Amino acid sequence: MFDLDRWIEIFQTLNKNKLRTILSGFTIAFAILLFTLLFGIGNGLKNTFEKQFAGDAANSVYIYSGRTTKPFKGLQSGRQIQYRNDDMKFMNSKFENEIQYFSPNIQRGNVQAIYKGEQNRYTVRGVYPDYQPLEEAVIEEGRFLSVLDVKNKAKVIAIGRLVKKDLFGELNAVGKNISLDGFSYKVVGVFSDPGGDNDERYIYTPFTTAQGMYKPNDELDYIGLTFNPDLSVDESLSFSNLLTKMLKEKHSVDPRDQGAIRVRNYAEGTKNVEQFMFVLNFIIIFIGIGTLVAGIIGISNIMVYIVKERTKELGIRKALGATPKSIVGMIMMESIFVTAIAGYTGLLIGVGTLKAIGSSLEKYWIINPSVETSTVIGATIILIIAGTIAGYIPAKRAAGIKPIEALNDE
Amino acid sequence: MIKIEKLHKSYPIGKDSLHVLKGLDLHIKEGEFVSIMGSSGSGKSTLLNIVGLLDTHDSGNYYLNGQLIENLDEKKAAILRNKFLGFVFQSFNLINYKNALENVALPLYYQGIGRKERQDIAMKYLDKVGLTEWAHHLPSELSGGQKQRVAIARALVTQPKVVLADEPTGALDSTTSNSVMELLKEINREGMTVFVITHEEDIAEETDRIVRLKDGVIISDELTNKKVKA
Repeated sequence: MFDLDRWIEIFQTLNKNKLRTILSGFTIAFAILLFTLLFGIGNGLKNTFEKQFAGDAANSVYIYSGRTTKPFKGLQSGRQIQYRNDDMKFMNSKFENEIQYFSPNIQRGNVQAIYKGEQNRYTVRGVYPDYQPLEEAVIEEGRFLSVLDVKNKAKVIAIGRLVKKDLFGELNAVGKNISLDGFSYKVVGVFSDPGGDNDERYIYTPFTTAQGMYKPNDELDYIGLTFNPDLSVDESLSFSNLLTKMLKEKHSVDPRDQGAIRVRNYAEGTKNVEQFMFVLNFIIIFIGIGTLVAGIIGISNIMVYIVKERTKELGIRKALGATPKSIVGMIMMESIFVTAIAGYTGLLIGVGTLKAIGSSLEKYWIINPSVETSTVIGATIILIIAGTIAGYIPAKRAAGIKPIEALNDE
Repeated sequence: MIKIEKLHKSYPIGKDSLHVLKGLDLHIKEGEFVSIMGSSGSGKSTLLNIVGLLDTHDSGNYYLNGQLIENLDEKKAAILRNKFLGFVFQSFNLINYKNALENVALPLYYQGIGRKERQDIAMKYLDKVGLTEWAHHLPSELSGGQKQRVAIARALVTQPKVVLADEPTGALDSTTSNSVMELLKEINREGMTVFVITHEEDIAEETDRIVRLKDGVIISDELTNKKVKA
């Protein structure tokens, strides 16, 4: 197939007809460039939203308390609602089937942590081992808190990656003792968290330990849980509504009171985000296909025009002994060559542009705009195939007409 | 060299068909210098196109170099044209983005001859038509007479059996016409069969044999004075 003479002939034709070559090349390069840019920016938007809503399990529910805003059953408004250990028992017995992971939380901010010469202030959370899947924390070294730790009120902690970095640097943290507000705790593990920097500055200790340390009796701050992932979004919402209602009853809160018992179900947000992502995905795909189709139509038009313009030349070539096959082959090779080179150029420019401006787009809600190589190469190949077909049909027709008709074409 | 028996050709025009060639018989021997005379519409161009394998005939027999031409597909026709026939057209039909040398060399490309050899052969034929110095000029930089000489060099470059010239002087003034006809005569003297189509009496007089065509039939076929004298 490789025939130097043939390529020389093709290069000459392309070179001597620069305007034509540039026009058709430009169409392809521009289509691929647009495709890459739009697709990349679309992906950037998608990344933003994924990042925005990442970090916690999508099926998580957090139960907070506050002050009542309405008087109820003879109780005044402005009363602080306080969850206690029996609230946990209550929930677990009522919603055994709905709850997957469950953990109470006692949170204490601004705790001074000291390891040898290094010190800093962090938020300490007293939790159950189930808190790990709730936060989607990933253990990097050692382990997370265990059921036994909770039972024994062990003075152990799991620290975030950044806490470890602050206090230990490159040194090993697991097994070392840290002082928290003067009390010594043993580090059992280091975790990372997809939720980002803030989530990696927490220190987790067993719930029972924290309760003994920071609370006078069996009080707790809030509760996190994940619902059974088999539940649909609507089922999960009715579960959290029912939970809210029952807690309000239990704590003698007006059913219309929005402040005292606050249940935040992530599924609500998840539902919106998923719908939004679906639409966004659809738009991206639509734009991608649209650009490609525009490119295909462009290159088809140009190929039809080129072959039409060259009808007479093709007639001359045939009179001089060119076979139909060599005519079709010549036009297709020209077409493939131009589309491939131009497509590759557009691809390089597009990917280069995304790289160059990518980081400066963050303020426009576009994070890391990029396109998978396979996607762009696929798009380029589609355009090359389209260019080939677009060239083949008129070339075949031109090669088929009698040379005398082609010669008479003006 | 060229033998035609009862050749018919008609073109469809809407629902009707126009009967252009009505049973021609013609025999041209190797080395002849023949002109076909006729007014426009007499069918002379159609005849040349069929002889040149640029068009097909409806019925009758056509032998080129002893080979019966029938059921030719485009590929076979292209190969036969390349091997046996050289064309000279009224409008030159040079490829405008190729220079004189490349135009002349093009038929050799379709014979699969290497680039260097192609250019050497093409140069030899450009020299023959006196255009060595113009080898690297584009057709747009050449005069009409020069273009036609490039076309003639291109027709000769494959050493065909027959040179077919369709109104070769139609676009030229009388001085250049004469030099082109001199060139064709010279080629003929070297033994090439030359087949010219023209409607100009004085051009036809330059050839050895005139076949007159009217309304698709041959009305006369005679040797010219020149040939009789010779």
